[in-house]
Amino acid sequence: MSDKNPLHRTSPWLHLPLVLLGLLFLFPLVWLVVSSLQPREQVGLIPPQWLPRRHYLTLDGRTFPVTPPEPILSEQRLVKPLDGPDRGRRRLVAAGRYRDGQLTQTVFTDGRREERVFPAELIQAVPAGSRYVREWAPSKYRTDTPREFYVSPDRLSVRIQPVWGNYPEAVRALTAGEDAKKLPLRELLGRTRWPWTPKDAPEHTVTFLTYLANSLVVAVLGMIGTLLSSSLVAYGLARIQWRGRGLLFTLILATMMVPFPVLMVPLYGLFRSLGWIGTLMPLWVPAWCGSAFNIFLLRQFFLTIPAELTDAARIDGCSEFGIYWRIMLPLVKPALAVVALFHFLYAWNDFLAPLIFLTEPETFTMALGLQQYQSQHGGSEWHLLMAASVLLVLPVVALFFLAQKTFVQGIATTGGNG
Amino acid sequence: MKRRDLVGLLFCAPWLLGFLVFMLLPMGAALYYSFCDYSIVQAPAFIGLANYRELLADALFWRSLYNTLYFAAGAVLLGLLTSLVLALLLNCRVRGLAFYRTVFFLPSLMPVVAGSILWMWMYAGDGGIINTALKAVGLPGPAWLADPRFAKPALILMSMWGAGHAMVILLAGLQDIPTALYEAAVIDGAGWWQRLRHVTVPLVTPVILFNLVMGLIVSLQVFTQAFIMTGASGAPERATLFYVLRLYQVAFRDLRMGYGCAMAWILFLVILGLTALLIRFSGKWVQYER
Repeated sequence: MSDKNPLHRTSPWLHLPLVLLGLLFLFPLVWLVVSSLQPREQVGLIPPQWLPRRHYLTLDGRTFPVTPPEPILSEQRLVKPLDGPDRGRRRLVAAGRYRDGQLTQTVFTDGRREERVFPAELIQAVPAGSRYVREWAPSKYRTDTPREFYVSPDRLSVRIQPVWGNYPEAVRALTAGEDAKKLPLRELLGRTRWPWTPKDAPEHTVTFLTYLANSLVVAVLGMIGTLLSSSLVAYGLARIQWRGRGLLFTLILATMMVPFPVLMVPLYGLFRSLGWIGTLMPLWVPAWCGSAFNIFLLRQFFLTIPAELTDAARIDGCSEFGIYWRIMLPLVKPALAVVALFHFLYAWNDFLAPLIFLTEPETFTMALGLQQYQSQHGGSEWHLLMAASVLLVLPVVALFFLAQKTFVQGIATTGGNG
Repeated sequence: MKRRDLVGLLFCAPWLLGFLVFMLLPMGAALYYSFCDYSIVQAPAFIGLANYRELLADALFWRSLYNTLYFAAGAVLLGLLTSLVLALLLNCRVRGLAFYRTVFFLPSLMPVVAGSILWMWMYAGDGGIINTALKAVGLPGPAWLADPRFAKPALILMSMWGAGHAMVILLAGLQDIPTALYEAAVIDGAGWWQRLRHVTVPLVTPVILFNLVMGLIVSLQVFTQAFIMTGASGAPERATLFYVLRLYQVAFRDLRMGYGCAMAWILFLVILGLTALLIRFSGKWVQYER
């Protein structure tokens, strides 16, 4: 193909701004994934670090993960007092305070400071320059007391290693009940309350899978509804020459200007009187009446199909619904794919409507569940927030790569004809 | 003839039903409630124009309107500029077009909740990756979301990350421009700037207008980012108290549904008015094909 368009002449210099801008656009996504794979001690360090670094301790031939080492500056003794206020506990004291089974401790009695001597047991002499580490717990919700170690630095090693465990930990964190979070993950997810679990069923917990199932129910039911209804209406507008179709089409386009916030208060009242508040219905039932955007898109597709095709069927005595169902729908499959995709995305990403209409945690969608978790644990646990965000983003990215062409063509069609 | 009208109407019945129940009725109800004292639990009591009169004197209402217009102006204009630059670059039949298009488009699909949490993390005052990068090149980093002067610009900057959507639409418009026009321009001795200025840009002005209108309608409803990133109260110092956020507070926190409905109708009229204004004055710069 000869292309005389001089603006289309490719200059290699064009890659410079494209690569720079591309890096800017990619960066947040990269940072999202990087942060989601860092150990919790590492997120929030100043300055931030790129690679997930994990510390390991080798002891008695065994190597296991530990917390970042803290240096011990002066010589210390790890002792266990046999009497006094700290009886039976492990204590780290300055080397000078312990000698031959005797610990000198400062105690307060009746507000007076007093140096007293207690019998104590030496556990370990800790030379200056040692490191203090704790055994690294894969989950902060499993509350086994971590073991502590005072070791020489040469027993410690650092590995660059992503913490995949942040993902199951995020799944656990998004569970609604604090007690349930302590269960083993498999058992926890086994108790998941599904959208179809009866309300009075005991021993069920709202988990990450509850949110996932709710999001899928809303997205898929709405998708089926909008596919059926929008295509039906679009067919009626594009292929049937009835009086008032022009007026109706204008009306449909005009409704695109009505923002959801204008409707949300009376819609809340309406759904409340229908008993739908606290159920998923407000989020998918309206889709069964079609949406202006989808009707518009499908109408454009129906218009491109030659009239002879349907005229012949009409002469053969095929009913209008038969023509729509058996002849036209198969012909606009690519457009139906666009509608299905767009609706899924819309439902998956929607936040304001779920925030208003969903009042019970067992009906929360993924987006709402994540926001609720964030609002309770914001400012900390960024590694889990990032991992949970990746989980929310993942289906969208997967859909995009599965149907990239459909996406781009769909958006281009709707925009170009606007 | 009459039968055909009936069949057509029947095909469109689902939408008509939905329009009636989920839009016309609620809008009418909202209009009525806006003249009422209404708290969902009690029946609405008619109070005339009191809600509107109170709105005019409500500093938070004006504040939220100002914040929203500020955000919309910034987000729409900068978003348009970004998407136009990206589309023009990609229109140059560059190698690896599909790859670049994916890179620019993908972020626009991000769920707002995830995007907001991510940008919150990046905007962190100390230790945030953005301020670390600024520090590395010797620039002082503001506290972004915690600083009333920088909170709105921060949200505008973040919205530009979604420019890929408009870029795809613009790119389709650019690729529709007939090659013959460029050939004619070259014969007339036009350089690349003149071709851009007199051929390319004028011919995509209808698409630009479409993006402007759509961008405006969306940005005037800004809610989720602010709700997540700076909280339901519109912190800091109400710098991110956007219109819909205020509406949400009034209706669902204070349970003043009537007052909320008055706000909702004003938002509708603002959107209608600004869109009409945009289209009204588009004749001066939009080049429609004849």
